[in-house]
Amino acid sequence: MKTTELPRWASGFVLPILNLLSALLVAALVIHLLGESPVESLQILINSAVINPEGLSYTLFYASTFIFTGLAVSVAMKAGLFNIGAEGQMYLGGLGLTLAMLSFDATLSPWLLIPLAMVASAVFGAGWAFLPGYLQARRGSHVVVTTIMFNFIAANLMNWIIVGFLIPEGDQNPASRPFSEAAAMPRLFDWFPALGDTPLNISFLIAILALVIYGVVMSRSSWGYKLQATGLNQHAAHYAGVRISRMIVVAMLISGALAGLAAVNSIMGSTHYLSLNFPAGAGFIGIAIALMGRQNPVGIFLSSVLFGALIQGGFDLSLEKPNIPQETFIFIQGLIILFCGAMENMYAPAVLKLINARKR
Amino acid sequence: MQPAVEFRNISKAFGAVQANADVSFSIAKGSIHGVIGENGAGKSTLMSILYGYYNADSGQLLIDGEERQIRTSQEAIAMGIGMVHQHFMLVENMTVLDNVMLGTEGGFKLAAKRKDTEAKLREICARYRLDVDPLATIHDLSVGAQQRVEILKQIYRSAEILILDEPTAVLTAQETASLFEILRLFKEQGKTIILITHKLGEIMEITDQVTVMRAGRVAGAVATRDTSKEQLANMMVGRPIEGNLPRKPFNPGAPVLKVSGLQLQDKHGVKLLSDIDLTVRAGEIVAIAGVSGNGQSELMEILSGMRLPSSGKVEFLGTELPFARRANADGLPAEFRALGIGHVPEDRLRDGVIKDFTVMQNTVFGYQDRVKNKAGLFDFKAIADRCAHLLEAFDVRPKNPDLRIGLLSGGNQQKVVIAREVSAAPKLMLVGQPTRGVDIGTIESIHTQLLRLRDEGVAILLVSTELEEVRALADRIVVVSSGRVTGELNIDEFDTTRIGLLMGGMHKH
Repeated sequence: MKTTELPRWASGFVLPILNLLSALLVAALVIHLLGESPVESLQILINSAVINPEGLSYTLFYASTFIFTGLAVSVAMKAGLFNIGAEGQMYLGGLGLTLAMLSFDATLSPWLLIPLAMVASAVFGAGWAFLPGYLQARRGSHVVVTTIMFNFIAANLMNWIIVGFLIPEGDQNPASRPFSEAAAMPRLFDWFPALGDTPLNISFLIAILALVIYGVVMSRSSWGYKLQATGLNQHAAHYAGVRISRMIVVAMLISGALAGLAAVNSIMGSTHYLSLNFPAGAGFIGIAIALMGRQNPVGIFLSSVLFGALIQGGFDLSLEKPNIPQETFIFIQGLIILFCGAMENMYAPAVLKLINARKR
Repeated sequence: MQPAVEFRNISKAFGAVQANADVSFSIAKGSIHGVIGENGAGKSTLMSILYGYYNADSGQLLIDGEERQIRTSQEAIAMGIGMVHQHFMLVENMTVLDNVMLGTEGGFKLAAKRKDTEAKLREICARYRLDVDPLATIHDLSVGAQQRVEILKQIYRSAEILILDEPTAVLTAQETASLFEILRLFKEQGKTIILITHKLGEIMEITDQVTVMRAGRVAGAVATRDTSKEQLANMMVGRPIEGNLPRKPFNPGAPVLKVSGLQLQDKHGVKLLSDIDLTVRAGEIVAIAGVSGNGQSELMEILSGMRLPSSGKVEFLGTELPFARRANADGLPAEFRALGIGHVPEDRLRDGVIKDFTVMQNTVFGYQDRVKNKAGLFDFKAIADRCAHLLEAFDVRPKNPDLRIGLLSGGNQQKVVIAREVSAAPKLMLVGQPTRGVDIGTIESIHTQLLRLRDEGVAILLVSTELEEVRALADRIVVVSSGRVTGELNIDEFDTTRIGLLMGGMHKH
């Protein structure tokens, strides 16, 4: 019997793996051209990102941020909205938690500071996503356009706020003052010394929890059902009684809140102060993760870990191999987006043929 | 003489579905050949194989007596095969001329080519009496004229074999008549026409030969003059169609729906509905008859809560429906559904289902908030049980709840929609074009379901553009034209001529 559609295991696992291998193959070729051995480089990469416990712990630290931005983009995508603005929303989320910490880190206990930071970052992130969502729902202004603009506005706004108001007197570094000890996310190292002295903190566990909630809401709740119906066919969703405008605004608010939450890991888990440009592209990586993970919770997790590993491994690789510049990571990241996003279904016809040939 | 097209033992499967099995027949050159069959009988698949969209799994295809491999539609076009699709392939904001040239521009010198093409188009239009202005923009043209543009495109590309897929589905009676004139002219010029349709009247009127398909196979091939509508219908379905379905005697109850003075204007101030007055009682089917596009769709949208009227009053079971307090219709369909108004929308793929959801997910569409367990999440066990029950009771095929509904045939999608709306036990059922694009066998089962609902005391408001359907189902008929009610009659006064006149806007006096 012939199939015209790929079975789920093939489109969910085989294709992404083939795409990933293709990206790595091209990367290997470039590394070869740079005069280094691709095999050795891969060994270094895997070793420092996965096998070495401390490296793995860094990988998961980066992944915690990416899970949040990946979820942010995924929620919007499920509602049919392409939220390019996770970067700006995360940036504003950082502002929210910083304002809260600067006000309360001397007086409150960690038990209150951490929930407060999460709420503040989520509210600020959501707030930054509200206007694009509202304009989309009420005026039909495309979120792709508005969220891109909001990224630029966020960058300049934050520049002004940090430089103009948050730099402590006499300091040159464009950053807020460091928060007190009480405002640091508890590190997993304190309970599992084997992980090494790294910034990996409970944000990772919160990220996993967020993935589980996301998965349950999408597959088992009527709200998630309505959200996806809206994303697939607005006419039909209207027929089914969904309030389309409200759904769009709410989806963008949740998306923005998740992007804002990504700031908790980056700031309170590592630097402990708000610095210029701290998201460093994590919001954009969220887009790649949502695409590659197909907005599926397991997929989002795996691609977040992959991108975390590339950052961690790529950093060590450039240290050990002077011929390979640090930008190589960005290059490989681009290749992965190219193969897993733009050319997602390149191998689909071939895989389909193979499956049909096997069945005969 | 060699036949223009010959199919030899063509087979094609999609997954578990055998769309074509061992299909063999030939089409004589210079004839009009009808291909009829129920939805899902394999007509479209076979034509897609001929037009190069699909490749057959096995079998041979002969064009003018020579075996050919047609791998792409470009190859089909090069062999002189043209296809006019049911849904037009036109760029709306370009002119007729540009649409025809699209894909055959040939180089950089557009202006000269355009002049050439325009002259050629005018010549073709004159020869085949196509009556299309090459410089008109597509979206200014009527549906019938757009179809002529599609035909024009095929002739310009020198098609000798023209496939028309359900060409009259969107046409008025006059447009159909003029299309048939054009087709006859083609035949005189020696072109071959393949007409895919499910309208038996058209087959009898215009074709020379008919091939009947059923379940992917050829169920019969006859010369049109040797057959009859009844015989063709029997071949198509495989059993005789019952003329009249059983129904209880007409005994309506209290009014369920009362519409008075309903008005609707679009944003340009054009009146889409004017002074509609209408009552539907429990246990009766009121059919709104009319040529499509005369306000029926808008009326159904208002009554189901998908759209707000400009003014007027709608009472449901004695309570006024809350239009006046609303700024927009967001969420209103859910409120109406909760009151007991079921709705089978006229455009099921646009409104009635989510193509990418599974059959099971679609069985709760619109009722998603009624299937929760105590934790507020979906009660999958209950949903699956209910779905299995519905698929069985309404004979949806295949009975696979996990299949994406987009993969089902139109008739089976419609059965899912009707099953879902009926099972919610509505007091008023709004039914728009329930059998559009649905095969004869399924039509009968849908009609049976609607009559049973009526016998159970549900008020049903039916919109249909098929008079046969109106006759088969209605207790009372309301005729509309240009957004106004032009006449009202009981079923025992059914008179095609009179209804036809009312549909044409001739007022009652």
